[in-house]
Amino acid sequence: MKENIPPTENTNTQEKNEDNWQGVVRDWSADKQTFDMPWGKLMMWIFLLSDTFIFSIFLTAYMNVRMSAMDSWPNSSEVFALTIAGHHIPLVLIAIMTFVLITSSGTMAMAVNYAYRGDKKKTVYFMAATALLGALFVGMQAFEWTKLIVDEGIRPWGNPMGAAQFGAAFFMITGFHGMHVSAGVIYLAVIARKVARGDYEKKGYHIVEITGLYWHFVDLVWVFIFAFFYLW
Amino acid sequence: MSQSNVQAQAQAGVKQHPISLYLKVWVLLFVLSTLSYMVDYFQLQGMLRWSLILIFMFLKAGFILAIFMHVAWERIALKLVLFLPPLAILVLIVLMAIEGDYTFINRLLSFISS
Repeated sequence: MKENIPPTENTNTQEKNEDNWQGVVRDWSADKQTFDMPWGKLMMWIFLLSDTFIFSIFLTAYMNVRMSAMDSWPNSSEVFALTIAGHHIPLVLIAIMTFVLITSSGTMAMAVNYAYRGDKKKTVYFMAATALLGALFVGMQAFEWTKLIVDEGIRPWGNPMGAAQFGAAFFMITGFHGMHVSAGVIYLAVIARKVARGDYEKKGYHIVEITGLYWHFVDLVWVFIFAFFYLW
Repeated sequence: MSQSNVQAQAQAGVKQHPISLYLKVWVLLFVLSTLSYMVDYFQLQGMLRWSLILIFMFLKAGFILAIFMHVAWERIALKLVLFLPPLAILVLIVLMAIEGDYTFINRLLSFISS
């Protein structure tokens, strides 16, 4: 551990900005707001924390029914395989969906960056690109659901491949995630329009970062769904 | 207008990162996703499969949180708010795993006896 001697000059401002455990105590005990950020950003973080719990509970419930199922669990590699141009490729649609969502996260990160640079035009372009990629993701998910329901006969209460709990877990988890993506597309479209209209010229562009937090979170949840539901 | 805005943001203490940082992380996430897809494509099984899936998953989640969501540059006070409560989820996962095992064994026993 390094000895922590506060510098003698300029102590006041320097001490306040140091980020260590004493900094945490100072943040909480000083006569100022604890979290040095716009209230909207803090509220978004709190919302995302609560959403973390919801998705965690879904995934934990899925783990529980999968561990206790008597029938064998359907092989997701085969269930989500597609035959493209005569080639049977396992899990290919899910892989493409993953890449689309990661790309949308990349464009969103750039939108936030351009917003803080004050580049309104590029911010709107990148937010629109993010929303389009999100809509593409939801479209592919609709295709996947249709294929599973119509062609493979998977229902929330049973399916021809094995454990009956597969459908319930699948529709619940991916459905809730798809709902988040759809809501995110609408959210992005609304904020992008307001940015384009110049609503934030005076207020500052924190709202773009807040929207970005939501969007990256949706991508983050997909990382866990991809690992636990599709790959496991 | 945009010039004054940049100055205002700089005064508000908002850090600026070069676009190239995001492009690098983006490429990294692509590579990690490809690798985790390869785990399934080559049908790796057993502990190797599970550990690789988890490693790639946590790396991806970490980069999204740290760079894209800027958590790496937030103060510890916020990090505590974000990462302390989810510890309760770990407890839930352990409890539900025990419970799932218990249910499975009971189902086995009752189906054998009937």
